Amino acid sequence: MAEFFEQTLQPHFNFWIYVILMMIGLWALIAKNNLIKKLIGMSIFQTAIILFYVSLGVKEDATIPILDPYGQAEHAAAEAEGAETEGEKKRDSYIGKKSPDPDTMANPLPHVLMLTAIVVGVATLGVALSIAQMIFKEFGSLEEDEILEIVKGGSVDD
Amino acid sequence: MRLPNMFAIIAVVITGGILLYGVSDFPSFGDPKSPANAAVPGSESVSQYFITKSYKDTKVPNLVTSVLADYRGYDTMFETVVIFAAGMAIFAILGSVGGGSQPRVQEEGPSFVDGDHSRIIVGTTCRLLVPVIQVFALYVIGHGHYSPGGGFQGGVILAASFIIIALSSDLDAALRRLSEVNYLRLACVGILIYAGFGVLCQVLESNFLDYGVLQPILLTDGPEMARSHSMLGVEIGVAFTVTAIMFAIYANLSSRGTLRDGL
Amino acid sequence: MTDQIPAILVLAPLFGAMIIGLAGQKDHRACFPVALVSLLVTLFASIGAIFTVIESGPIDYFMGGWEKPLGIGIHLRIDSLNVILLVAIAIVAVLVAIFSIRRIGDKNAEKTPHFYSLYLLLCVGLFGITIAGDAFNLFVLVEVSSLTSYGLIAMGSSRRGTLAAFNYVLMGTVGASFYLLGVGYLYLMTGSLNMQEIHSIFVANPDIASSKAVAISFILILIGIWIKMAFFPLYGWLPNAYSYCPSSSACILAPLMTKISVYVMIRVMISVFGLGWVFASPGYSNLVVWLAVIAILAGSMLALAQREIKKMLCYLIVAEVGYMVGGAWLADEQLWGLTGSLYHILADAAMTLCLFLAAGIFAKRFNAIEIDDLEGLFKKAPWTAAGFVVGALAMIGVPPTCGFFSKFYLIRGGIEANHWEYVIALLISSLVNAVLFFRIFEIAFFGVKPPEGHGHHEEEEAELKEEHHPEIPNWTGTSSLLVASAFVILLGIFNGKVVELIRVALEDLTVVAQRF
Repeated sequence: MAEFFEQTLQPHFNFWIYVILMMIGLWALIAKNNLIKKLIGMSIFQTAIILFYVSLGVKEDATIPILDPYGQAEHAAAEAEGAETEGEKKRDSYIGKKSPDPDTMANPLPHVLMLTAIVVGVATLGVALSIAQMIFKEFGSLEEDEILEIVKGGSVDD
Repeated sequence: MRLPNMFAIIAVVITGGILLYGVSDFPSFGDPKSPANAAVPGSESVSQYFITKSYKDTKVPNLVTSVLADYRGYDTMFETVVIFAAGMAIFAILGSVGGGSQPRVQEEGPSFVDGDHSRIIVGTTCRLLVPVIQVFALYVIGHGHYSPGGGFQGGVILAASFIIIALSSDLDAALRRLSEVNYLRLACVGILIYAGFGVLCQVLESNFLDYGVLQPILLTDGPEMARSHSMLGVEIGVAFTVTAIMFAIYANLSSRGTLRDGL
Repeated sequence: MTDQIPAILVLAPLFGAMIIGLAGQKDHRACFPVALVSLLVTLFASIGAIFTVIESGPIDYFMGGWEKPLGIGIHLRIDSLNVILLVAIAIVAVLVAIFSIRRIGDKNAEKTPHFYSLYLLLCVGLFGITIAGDAFNLFVLVEVSSLTSYGLIAMGSSRRGTLAAFNYVLMGTVGASFYLLGVGYLYLMTGSLNMQEIHSIFVANPDIASSKAVAISFILILIGIWIKMAFFPLYGWLPNAYSYCPSSSACILAPLMTKISVYVMIRVMISVFGLGWVFASPGYSNLVVWLAVIAILAGSMLALAQREIKKMLCYLIVAEVGYMVGGAWLADEQLWGLTGSLYHILADAAMTLCLFLAAGIFAKRFNAIEIDDLEGLFKKAPWTAAGFVVGALAMIGVPPTCGFFSKFYLIRGGIEANHWEYVIALLISSLVNAVLFFRIFEIAFFGVKPPEGHGHHEEEEAELKEEHHPEIPNWTGTSSLLVASAFVILLGIFNGKVVELIRVALEDLTVVAQRF
């Protein structure tokens, strides 16, 4: 049991979390009766995928992927070493001289991809909410079984 | 109600099982040498290129912004198009016939922002907050190169400043400041700015969105600074579109498309 | 100029949509000319692309100029596999734009600029999907086309249409999310998002290619695409969504959306994973072919049971998707199944366009929603009838229409791969289509009512005709329909050339895509 925990669960716990979250969302999407609850389920489903992607780019002990342009960290290190000219402490210290070590910075690509995915999710949620409003205006109810009864029972036009 | 529950449980169990089956092959959480973070034999790692060389290419310290607006700028343009399409779709779905063409009726007198004093605390607070929010939004847009921020984030905050007027006094007050015809035009202008930058690069004999060739027009001292400035330009375009459409979504959803009463 | 074609294909409708948004709100008459001009520009660009590809091979385009290393920029690629599809999309878009002049006009005049804007953005999405060479970019463009299609479908004023649109939104989002998840698994295992790059990583590292995560990612991508193309058993959203939406939306969405998803599936199978990997274990391809057989039979039987014209056509789309997926997964040695499937994408687009245009004209001009309403209509609208008959014959599979040749290639693939159940299902489906359409011909030509009611009947029909849109010229709809039926026949007559182009593409790609 402890071995299962250590070998399977611990290095992959972020993946287990996203799968559980996604299944909660999928269950809500299918099983709930109220249309708004289905939408919330859809939103949880999309958020779980976003969580998955962002957890891909995590590196241990790494900082955010934003460089320090004025070289303040470099400035401090150079002063500690006793650098000579002012020019060496200036802000173009990155060009050609020292690129950041990839292992100390988190991977920026999943963040970029998920910016797009979040925006797409919001847009879809907006459109789905407007359709839900139209349904409420037409049928007077947001419960799926009541709507299906109205549709099957008395629809004359289409 | 029995049937959807059984079907839901089966679907969830099968899907969860399939997903978890694939998890066992994955690299561990936080591994800096996983294929996503470092190179796989036989190819050069894309994310390591971004971390080590993107400042040299674009002079933008925020690596996420430089990837978003330059290397993958085509995706960002379509993301903006997605928001625009959502705004259009919401009006197309909800817009009631004659909602836009009939004149709006002034109901009980001017709203708080324009003189009515029946909602003092909420009204005053929000009225004082709006310029602060807007300045902060412009800061977020402009400072996206140096700190987390950018066009999308700043655009949403700017839209929030209009929504707060609508929430604290009246949807009419907000619509008087950003009317329906104008917000659609603002959204189109935003995307035209983005695509315009790209087409300008095409006119100058390069590929779409290749900002380096804009150096003679932008009068910078190197193609890298031209990239940096063009990134700011397209982020402004994105901010216009996002502001307009987020406010449009709020206005249409809260008034069920009539743009009359609102919350 | 020719090297900028990929960008022009996507930018022309985008600029058209923005100009409509700016100028079209005040003056609705500006919308249609702008839309038509931008679509004609893309048509010429795509025809130019065909000539360029035939002369000098695939066109590679890197957005932002980021070529090396492969994968940091976004890659667009036009090769002989997708170039004919581009022309098909452009032609369908132009024809439906002509059909839709002022059909939106009568009740929803306010929404004209929004309709045309969404229409052009849908075309942007479809073109972008076809030329995408980057997996995440494909997702973004799939979302562009999905969002615009949600808007186009929910625009109508029918009651059942709104619930159908809601279900469509939910299913579409789930499908796109599964695709995104599959791409995420691939990214984690290979570190790249570019389709060519992923494929070369698989070739260079067989241990990655045979890992469980890659297999799961393929399954996830496949499920996502199957939801989008309404493959059995995930087809529930299609019949309701396409039958209750406005005719113009149905005419642009029905021929294109599902077929482009089939193209995406084939592209992922060939260019990302490689056919050798996909067909490595015959058990799975047999399973998919059986699913396709069930799809074909279910679609045809359900179509027989319908009384409304558009719903019947929607179930026929479900059956046609079954043909294409089954054909692609036949795994015969000479790849005739795959060829037939690709040819059928074009053929089905043309046939479905014909039938939906005819159904739209019947619904708008004669208020004929159900099959029984078609009595005697063929005499009143001979040109529309001719178009409908051509589309129907293509569905049945009568030479020289394209439907016959696509069935021919698919059956040939099925025989060579020993999938007799697929061949039998195709033949049964042709028979069912024949029964279906001849029943319609009988009602429409000869009518059901007894002869003495005939004069009275004609008066009623004439009145109905007067009420509905006397100001819309009839030639817009019928001319689109006749051009579409001409394409159905031309595609059949020139099938040799088209198939040759497809074979060239397949040989290039499967030679390059090593069977490892």
